[in-house]
Amino acid sequence: MTDYFWLIPLIPALSTLILVLFGQKLPKKYISFQACFAVFASFVISVISFIGLLQTSHEHLPIIKNLFSWIHAGSFKADLAFQLDPLSSVMTLVVTGVGFLIHWYSVGYMADDKGYTRYFTYLNLFTFAMLILVMGSNLVLMFVGWEGVGLCSYLLIGFWFEKHSAANAGKKAFIVNRIGDAAFILGIFFIFVNIGSGEFRVINEAIGSGVITQGLATLIALLLFAGATGKSAQIPLYIWLPDAMEGPTPVSALIHAATMVTAGVYMVARMNVLFTFSGSAGSIVAIIGAVTAVFAASMALTQNDIKRVLAYSTISQIGYMFIGCGVGAYAAGMFHLYTHAFFKSLLFLAAGSVMHALSGELNMQKMGGLRKYLPLTYPTFLVGAIAIAGIPFLSGFFSKDAILTSAYASGQYFVWALGIFGAVLTAFYMFRLIFLTFFGNERLEPEAKKHLHESPRSMTIPLVFLAFFSVVAGYVGLPVVAGKNLDFFGRFLEPVIHQAHEAHLSLGTEWLLILISVAVAVTGIFIAWVFYIKNPNIPHNLVRKFPGPYKLLFNKYYVDEIYNTLFVNSTIKGSEIVYDHFDLKVIDGAVNGSAKATNFFGKILSYFQTGFIKDYALIFLLGAILLLGYLLF
Amino acid sequence: MIPYNYFLILSIILFVLGAIAFFVKRDLITQFMAIEIMFNAANLAFLTFAKAANSLDGQIIVFFVITVAAAEAAVGLAIILLIYRRKKTIKTEDIRTMKG
Repeated sequence: MTDYFWLIPLIPALSTLILVLFGQKLPKKYISFQACFAVFASFVISVISFIGLLQTSHEHLPIIKNLFSWIHAGSFKADLAFQLDPLSSVMTLVVTGVGFLIHWYSVGYMADDKGYTRYFTYLNLFTFAMLILVMGSNLVLMFVGWEGVGLCSYLLIGFWFEKHSAANAGKKAFIVNRIGDAAFILGIFFIFVNIGSGEFRVINEAIGSGVITQGLATLIALLLFAGATGKSAQIPLYIWLPDAMEGPTPVSALIHAATMVTAGVYMVARMNVLFTFSGSAGSIVAIIGAVTAVFAASMALTQNDIKRVLAYSTISQIGYMFIGCGVGAYAAGMFHLYTHAFFKSLLFLAAGSVMHALSGELNMQKMGGLRKYLPLTYPTFLVGAIAIAGIPFLSGFFSKDAILTSAYASGQYFVWALGIFGAVLTAFYMFRLIFLTFFGNERLEPEAKKHLHESPRSMTIPLVFLAFFSVVAGYVGLPVVAGKNLDFFGRFLEPVIHQAHEAHLSLGTEWLLILISVAVAVTGIFIAWVFYIKNPNIPHNLVRKFPGPYKLLFNKYYVDEIYNTLFVNSTIKGSEIVYDHFDLKVIDGAVNGSAKATNFFGKILSYFQTGFIKDYALIFLLGAILLLGYLLF
Repeated sequence: MIPYNYFLILSIILFVLGAIAFFVKRDLITQFMAIEIMFNAANLAFLTFAKAANSLDGQIIVFFVITVAAAEAAVGLAIILLIYRRKKTIKTEDIRTMKG
């Protein structure tokens, strides 16, 4: 049943090709059908391959389909080969499954946009690139997908490029990612130089047999992780993600919440042998993840733009995934990636539905009391918020708990404490968002109120699906306290994840940890309720009392400004100096100088061109005589 | 039998006459004829050397040169004719578009 898994990325590719070539001539209905169907077909094959994978014994993993030898130069070799193993199977399911629902949603959301064809072309192209990323069997192919999704991200953030801010946000995302990618490709070079192959199988075996030293492994792991901080928006390269919200909302849901930004987590999980072998690289990953989780969550506290809150929330949640990977619980990190894909895309799509209802309003201060107007958006949004807050029996609870338990079990209590603190903030800002949007007084603009309506069915049905999965997705990975061997997700990933150390906690400790994380989630929600429902004056009083911290948070710690002065402006200034002194004088001088020299010698030589035939003949004759003389004497 | 030197001296005289005529005369037709004389001087030298070396190759080359020269004469005259039609002159000092 796994024979045709290599078709998964090729179907969206084919669809993209058709849309590029004939998209302008095809009717709109057909375009939406084809774009959605291509992803759905991939999803069906993913499911079939997944079932086939369950029946395959561990010795036959990974299943590799080598399409053709792509690059073969000297000792450098890279094949166009796809790999099916539990890790890539989970990713293909998430990418095509969530991707399909978001395609479907886009049909309604983008219905009146004049860039409809372009939008679906990009979206299919993105799906293709993302599938290449997760299915490539070597680092080079993975890098192709890695760059491909980066390109699609740029194109889709700047989708409404006539808007200045959107075009700038696209550029920012692309450039910031470039910084991480430079480190990433350096890491790939190191692997090629020291191991001689980019195939994941070969790399894992080589590390197992001790080809590289631990120090070198740490260097490579950190370079690769630097790439991940760019793509997955972690400190210090997270700044592009909030701006990326300029793109259409389904794009934010698909690329900047569910799939592309989690590529870094996937990459770390894919290279888990390297990170485990290095040891210290894992700790750095965990600490950066934990700090990002809290840092981003704190910035989400004061934002008024509904999508920006979700963007910071995404950064924070990816931080949790990195905590999982960093403490050696790669399965837990992947588990959170998988549940997060559902509830975060649900939140984004629901936010898009709110925007749609309010004719594009993003400011939560101008919402309020929407729950009776949006009978389907409100409950689905609420489900997503509960899931992300970590309330028991929804998916987010299981995965976040798995990560925090592993962090505690690994003995990195500092990371665990940050994770717990981040959980309070998460619950608080999520419910602040819910309360500001759906409860309280209506603060709508009169114009928006006139057009207030629930979204069309093609938008609400995907919401319901995603809400359903946000509830049930967690039940494939139950914690130990629910019973032994109920962690299907962890066991499924076992063949690819080489667990460094099993978590050995007593049942009592496990229960205690769960109680703590539930308690902090409830506390966060309770504080939000007190702040925004029971006594709405508290936030204002707090702001008046502590204007400094509030300003710091509201302006996102001035990180953008600091980066601007430190890096952007100094680069611009430095470039100007180089332009004045090097470009204008040295380079232009050399170019103009050679032109002048040519001109000068040409002028001199042109004096010989008298135009008299006799002069030419005379020179010719003299030449002939000279030559003759030379030959004779 | 006449010594080969005589032929060579005649050839040199013809060539020098042709060269002088080329530099002295001002119209293209005469210069063209001067070139033809130089041609034939060269032919004569060729033949002489061929005979002296007792080889047929030189004589055959002379045949080729004569044929090519015939063709060249036709082309050259045609060019001169065209120059005349265009410029209404065949004086070389009036044709100076190549001046640098």
